[in-house]
Amino acid sequence: MAEPRIVIVGAGPAGMRAAARLVEAGLCPVVVDEAPASGGQIYRRQPRQFHRAAASLYGFEARKATGLHRMFDALLPRIDYRPETLAWNVYENVVHLRHGTESEALRFDALILAPGATDRIMPLPGWTLPGVYSLGGAQIALKAQACAIGARPAFLGTGPLLYLVAYQYVRAGAAVAAVLDTSPLAGRIAALPALSARPSMLAKGLYYTAWLAAHGVGMLSGVTPLAITGEGRVHQLRLRDSRGSEQIIACDAVGLGYGLRSETQLADLARCEFAFDAPSRQWLPVTDTDGRSSVPGVYLAGDGVRAAGADAAELAGRLAACAVLADLGRTVRPAETALLRRRLARTARFGRGLELGFSWPARLAGELPDATLVCRCEAITAGEIRGAASTFGAPEMNRAKAFVRIGMGRCQGRYCGLAGAEVLAAARGVPVEKVGRLRGQAPVKPLSISLAGAAP
Amino acid sequence: MPRGEEGLFRRVDEHARAPVRIEVDGVAATARSGDTLLVALLTVRARLRESEFGDGARAGFCLMGACQDCWVWTAAGERLRACTTEVAEGMHILTSGMPWPNPAS
Amino acid sequence: MTQAAAADVVIVGGGIMGAATALFLRRYGRSVILLERGLVGQQASGVNFGNVRRQGRFLPQLPLANRARKVWGELQELLGEDAEFVPNGHLRVCFRKEEVGRLEQYAEDARPYGLDLELISRNALRVRFPYLSADAIAGSFSPKDGHANPRLAAPAFARAAVRAGAAVYENTEVTAIAKAADDFILETSSRARFRAPIVQISAGAWAGALAALFDAPVPLQPRGPQMAVTEPAPYAIAPSIGVFSDVEEEGVYLRQVTRGNIVYGGGLRGPALPEIRRAYVDPANTLRQFQHVRRLVPALAALNIIRTWSGIEGYVDDEIPVIGPSAHTAGLYYAFGFCGHGFQLGPGVGEVMAELIATGATTTPIEPFHISRFARA
Repeated sequence: MAEPRIVIVGAGPAGMRAAARLVEAGLCPVVVDEAPASGGQIYRRQPRQFHRAAASLYGFEARKATGLHRMFDALLPRIDYRPETLAWNVYENVVHLRHGTESEALRFDALILAPGATDRIMPLPGWTLPGVYSLGGAQIALKAQACAIGARPAFLGTGPLLYLVAYQYVRAGAAVAAVLDTSPLAGRIAALPALSARPSMLAKGLYYTAWLAAHGVGMLSGVTPLAITGEGRVHQLRLRDSRGSEQIIACDAVGLGYGLRSETQLADLARCEFAFDAPSRQWLPVTDTDGRSSVPGVYLAGDGVRAAGADAAELAGRLAACAVLADLGRTVRPAETALLRRRLARTARFGRGLELGFSWPARLAGELPDATLVCRCEAITAGEIRGAASTFGAPEMNRAKAFVRIGMGRCQGRYCGLAGAEVLAAARGVPVEKVGRLRGQAPVKPLSISLAGAAP
Repeated sequence: MPRGEEGLFRRVDEHARAPVRIEVDGVAATARSGDTLLVALLTVRARLRESEFGDGARAGFCLMGACQDCWVWTAAGERLRACTTEVAEGMHILTSGMPWPNPAS
Repeated sequence: MTQAAAADVVIVGGGIMGAATALFLRRYGRSVILLERGLVGQQASGVNFGNVRRQGRFLPQLPLANRARKVWGELQELLGEDAEFVPNGHLRVCFRKEEVGRLEQYAEDARPYGLDLELISRNALRVRFPYLSADAIAGSFSPKDGHANPRLAAPAFARAAVRAGAAVYENTEVTAIAKAADDFILETSSRARFRAPIVQISAGAWAGALAALFDAPVPLQPRGPQMAVTEPAPYAIAPSIGVFSDVEEEGVYLRQVTRGNIVYGGGLRGPALPEIRRAYVDPANTLRQFQHVRRLVPALAALNIIRTWSGIEGYVDDEIPVIGPSAHTAGLYYAFGFCGHGFQLGPGVGEVMAELIATGATTTPIEPFHISRFARA
């Protein structure tokens, strides 16, 4: 029997660990990654022309990052690694890849999807102005390009990344205007028991906050963002503080993010079943503890299933590889999977703590002024989404998309889908799960008509 | 570059990279080897493109190839996603106007 | 057992055929109930290309298409919205010498039906439609045709029907139809029951099983169109454009919406699964279409597609729809099986069916579409 073909999509922590485990079993997986170098977003490598030390790029995570990079580099002779390659569709047992101007159809026996996550965004008036970036984007500018998004950026949203990115900016010499968290301090205190599941992570979070305070960076909790304004670029950020007074923050850039949202399009195209996850208010693909999806032969790992961070992704990647091996009839020691599951459960408990302490501010969606752009690709406003409910009677997101083009643009609803659902649900007066989720449609990213392709 | 316009991004390190010459809207500009096209443009401009739907200039958003907000046109009528394209000598980018169906030059 | 809701007419299927029939029946003063398995206009009516095209149709269908075209021009007054109908013309081009004569023949044959087509030489094509490739050697232009937004049209008819007094029930699948004395009784998945002396079945790919309760079986296959749309580009392509070819794969068509996106489809069709209400775009078809749309408009090679989609259409073996009364059962009418070319006809079918049901006859000839053609086979 020919060796089974196992395709891993994503070379971040989950995909890298999955590949390593398959190589340990003597297999040669195909690893497909859109980036030119492995590492994913968190352990993203700087371009070859850059020379900063790992410590300045990854801070406390430098040893972890370099360790993971070295581990993966050592695998290269034994895997079929495809950098700068987009998996643009999954159809039956074939994954469709684009590399350069060619498309290739690759049959698989097992597919491990580890596509990661993006920032989760709650729009506000002015968020499409030049100078407003996702928090992840602000971090990438610094880490991968040695650039700050502005001379005086403000950071707005919620989640541990808000404080980490602000810390990294100050360390890099930027004058951070303010760190503005929509979640109330009381919520974070309530989340402490769950967060103590990973004491070192909690300690790091507290360290960044204390460090920022010591360096004179203004931090507010429980804020209500009102608008980002400026002529052709950011000039200021208006908000209401927790006491209800309006404040104006002078800044020339804004980093914006409210935790993470999973990249679920490929799982959707592979026809995996989804379920509503109430704590995170997202529809996520359903898996068993080891990463098996509802579709035989399709496995999911890392932030692409549920955003739980890099350490969880490493564990989940390895566990998904174990599941593939077990399903192929290879021997996997029960002790190995048991240990991985136990450690993964601990990261999950910590993840729940983060969701509690830095909660997604769903209520803001209902209060967005009608003129606020929600879908930046198609320039669709909150008022138009409300019109989908009131004029057209759209009961759910795909119907709203059909009528008013919410989520119909280049990004496939990555950035407007979750906020748009909150706007629609608020307009209809129903719980957000009742308005469903935008269905994935191929290609998962824009695909050039110049592409030449061969059939599988 | 129109007078008074200033880039959005600030370089904070890695200044010693080789220069890369490009054109932006017909005007010469200098980037650094290893820059993404997005960084090359936003260190000298406060925009990458015009929204097709009349709501103003755009300058990208996610920097990780997810939001698709940073696709720019070359003068020759090609599409490039600025945040995932490495800048190259001689690139000519238009930040306003869309040279389609006929190239600009 | 629940009391059945009653009306003069129950329409089964809320695509553009059913929704338009409902509106026009109200204008004849008939009470109407429209039953839709999912949401109005969600399958063939909502996912198709959006062609408002007459040329190229089976010639005996042209009177119906002409009548439909007239309604398309009156949508604003009729519905209070135009479903983005742009009457910028429809252009058919061919790539082979032997096809030129067939375009000319069709133009000659269509003229007696009142459809005037303009034949355009290769050089004139270059001048008027400079974005076309040099491979296009001749064209046939229908100046009053155009395109519209299929996602909007059927729901707009249904909302207008509701404003005019029709009752529309969505998420209501008809599971059984029986005729008792003078009335049909319809059972549904939502357990609500309906009754009426007249029933119209316009349930697209799902109509076959219902029609087979009363008439000879119709050879009806579900298929999925393979649609795609590009990112927005400067508005340059005014008409709807299709390739005339006997090679199925080459038969692509495209249109540009005023916002700038270019919608295209055609070539091979994909799998459709009515039982789970899903149809798929085969990625191999996506790649095949790339080469054929590039051949038609080379500048498309510079653009990205941002989305593909499909939906469930019903195809009859002879590629002709089923329109008109049942062959056996009084009070029963059909309008289904439009084989992927029903969108343009929809408003006309609605008007004709309403006329037929309300007056017993129609001024538009529809005999070629009668279901009795299958009994003879």
